Amino acid sequence: MIMENILNPWPWYISGPLISMIMFLLIFNGKTFGVSSNLRTICSACGANKLSDFFDIKVKDHLWNLVFIFGASVGGYIGFNYLSKNTYVEISEDTKATLESYGIESFDSNYMPIELFALENLDLNNIMILVVGGLLIGFGTRYAGGCTSGHAITGLSQLQLGSLVSVIGFFIGGLIITHFLYPILF
Amino acid sequence: MKKLYFFITGIAFGIVMIKSEAASWFRIFEMFNFQSFHMYGIIGSSIITGLIGNQIIKNFKIKDFNNNSIQYSNKENTFKRYIIGGSIFGLGWALVGACPGPMFVLFGAGFYSVLIIIISAVLGTFLYGVFKNKLPH
Repeated sequence: MIMENILNPWPWYISGPLISMIMFLLIFNGKTFGVSSNLRTICSACGANKLSDFFDIKVKDHLWNLVFIFGASVGGYIGFNYLSKNTYVEISEDTKATLESYGIESFDSNYMPIELFALENLDLNNIMILVVGGLLIGFGTRYAGGCTSGHAITGLSQLQLGSLVSVIGFFIGGLIITHFLYPILF
Repeated sequence: MKKLYFFITGIAFGIVMIKSEAASWFRIFEMFNFQSFHMYGIIGSSIITGLIGNQIIKNFKIKDFNNNSIQYSNKENTFKRYIIGGSIFGLGWALVGACPGPMFVLFGAGFYSVLIIIISAVLGTFLYGVFKNKLPH
């Protein structure tokens, strides 16, 4: 029974509190929950400090966070391969209809749309989407000083006004893409 | 020893991201189409439990595991960087359906094309660092 519940998708009211628990596990060790800072640390580790003083940080001080995301990758491997019975996601019927109208039909059996992410489907179009999306994520998160973990979860749970403005920004950007670009793109 | 602590916390985070389906492109697409409560439930219940925990820490001046007082730093009191930077991130988030946490989780789960997003995101952060002083904050 317990194993059955673990292998099924976890409901939001279990997952949400677990995410804040992870935030507290970091807070209780003198750290903060923020994944996108790692992108800056990786730049510094690659020698970007020679080109901009923004990357003049001690990589050693941020090593714990790199260890954290390495753990997250391992967790992804474990969760996907050993703790999941089905890999498909039970999205709403409305979403399925919207996706079908865009020619994306892989939701019946996949965690991710194979039309976009399968290696054999990596044509120039898909590579461009992933590259541009990645660039915007890396640029935007550092510009705003945080992503979903740093602003939406950490910042809002501390009632930080800047985080509220950022999250509003996340949705402005997200809604523009979803409602204006997707109909053209797919 | 400390490293092991963060490694295990990271594993827990990765598992939650997969099992909550927050790492799935489909859930992000659904969220931005307002077609399900699921993602709003995850983020909302996480904020509410976090808010309660933070209030308890502040009110009872609870110390951390190393017996240090817990510090909360205030975000800068500006508007521009948050609204502009946030919107740019939102464009990317919706375009590839993954934010920085799930990027690494998905790579571990075996979706290797996500590596293109990770490398591009590092490059995006690099570009921000280079042009930082020319941008409105």
